Amino acid sequence: MAEVLIDKLCKSYGSAEILKDIDLKVEDGSFVVLVGPSGCGKSTLLRCIAGLEPISAGGMTIGGRQVKNLPPAKREIAMVFQSYALYPHMDVKGNMAFGLRFAGTPKAEIEARVAEAARILQLEPLLKRRPRELSGGQRQRVAIGRAIVRKPQVFLFDEPLSNLDAALRINTRVEIAKLHKLLNATIVYVTHDQVEAMTLADKIVVMNKGRIEQAGKPLDLYYKPANLFVAGFIGSPAMNFLEGHVTGSGRVEAAGSGLTLRLPSSCKPGDKVTLGVRPEHMNLGAAPGPLLQAQVDLIERLGETGYAHLRLPTGQVVISEVRGEPGHVTGDSISVGFDPVRCHIFDAAGRRIE
Amino acid sequence: MRKPASAIAVHAILGLYTVLALFPIVLVVMNSFKAKRAIFNTPLQPPMPWNFDPIGYAKVFGDSAITSYYLNSLVVTTGTIFMTLLFGAMAAWALTEYKFRWNTLLALYLSIGIMVPIRLGSVAIIQLVSDLNMINTLSALVLVYTAQSLPLSIFILSEFIAQIPKDLREAGRCDGLTEFHIFFYIVLPLIRPAMATVAVFTMIPVWNDLWFPLLLAPTNGKQTITLGVQQFLGQYITDWNAVLAALSTAIIPVLILYVIFSRQLIRGLTSGAVK
Repeated sequence: MAEVLIDKLCKSYGSAEILKDIDLKVEDGSFVVLVGPSGCGKSTLLRCIAGLEPISAGGMTIGGRQVKNLPPAKREIAMVFQSYALYPHMDVKGNMAFGLRFAGTPKAEIEARVAEAARILQLEPLLKRRPRELSGGQRQRVAIGRAIVRKPQVFLFDEPLSNLDAALRINTRVEIAKLHKLLNATIVYVTHDQVEAMTLADKIVVMNKGRIEQAGKPLDLYYKPANLFVAGFIGSPAMNFLEGHVTGSGRVEAAGSGLTLRLPSSCKPGDKVTLGVRPEHMNLGAAPGPLLQAQVDLIERLGETGYAHLRLPTGQVVISEVRGEPGHVTGDSISVGFDPVRCHIFDAAGRRIE
Repeated sequence: MRKPASAIAVHAILGLYTVLALFPIVLVVMNSFKAKRAIFNTPLQPPMPWNFDPIGYAKVFGDSAITSYYLNSLVVTTGTIFMTLLFGAMAAWALTEYKFRWNTLLALYLSIGIMVPIRLGSVAIIQLVSDLNMINTLSALVLVYTAQSLPLSIFILSEFIAQIPKDLREAGRCDGLTEFHIFFYIVLPLIRPAMATVAVFTMIPVWNDLWFPLLLAPTNGKQTITLGVQQFLGQYITDWNAVLAALSTAIIPVLILYVIFSRQLIRGLTSGAVK
């Protein structure tokens, strides 16, 4: 296993810049998840690491070796594709052994490695089947097995779970987490599903428009998002944002409620700020903290919890989590409170203010 | 479900066409077994005990030259199929997979071959072949037929190669395969049905062709069977028994080749590769 160091990587197609100045360190044995909205460049970054896309500028080392100009085969990586990309004309065993055969691995060694991978992934009864005779989850496991047998320095996963149904996705997610522990592998994993990102990652890299917005431990991103984009992207339902401005020392006026917070001295009266409050940190009709008047638009009941969509007098809709069975119906006027301590503040440029 | 009336109409049209297409062939095969007098007096009568006469076949198989004409035809046809498939698939792969400067122009240039019949260049081809000292060689025929078949093969194979999921080729690259390995071990097996199709329609015009054998390899025992049969057609006397027998037997090899390739025309080979 090895670490991946990406240094000022840029990628452009013609005049369109897809990736701009990407700096990233993937520690040896760590599980790094790239997340972001579609078109943010996360898959392109993964393909650059794989060597399937040439990079326009910058450098990249895998295990201390400069790989910028190496083809995929020489980078000692293995990739698991979203579509699985199994060779349809070979059986499961053939699929897993295929790369090794061309690498000149001795036959006994191939047999041993395939048997080992089949054991780990419970593919032993399926070794003689063709891909078309397998279910989606089985195909996925074969694709992972094909990566394992090559004993690569780095595993690359490109949205491996997005073709599976919900139940299988959770199972396979757990399997991948176990596999990571078992193999002690360095993994770079692309997904647009933040639950996958939060549960699997040692480090999450949030990308947007070809840049890295923030990289860090999952809970750091949740508790201390560096900017508005990360704040809005991590967490479901998304964080509520209230526009406001600083009125005095430690006072913020937002959505018609005077709010007293500890603000750093860099904030001057009149500065525009954005308050971010997660739905799970809001309470209907309860202190502590400032209360906002609102009208109930809709209540989504999920059982244990629910989400109230509330319309503020400004017309903005905020979402608040509700526990148990709320007695409110659409049209009710209620007040909603939140804890100022759990409130995030961002400056006019969208950066977090501590 | 289609309406029964329109199904009957479609089958009637197809049936009529089949009868029309098969009629001359059946006539040739039937008459090849009959005595010369019966061929002319009752051409539409099937072979019966009183008019049966295998003299034509005896002549054809008794003539060692005819056997070598069969071999010539077989060599030219299989050689052409092999070269067309190999180079056609390679060119199609290059044109679809790789982005290079003259890609589109090259594809257009090759497609001109589909529109312009190669026979228009016959004079130039004869000159070329003669300058190369290749008159009366089978290689000359194979080369000309390969050139004739390539444009359409490339066109059809490109379409099929473009349908192979991109992920498969990239999985191959990640697995450490060279571009040649990817071509021979992933692409070729997956376009087998398309190659069988190309093989079938490459083979039939080549087997039946009279033009280029007449121009490029007319003597010296290098005649193909369609040309070799002409020796039975004389200016004053035509040995109809032998002609019909030779033509009937000429159907068999091409039929066998067809059966071999049509077994490969299995659909859905790529299913299960990607979801």
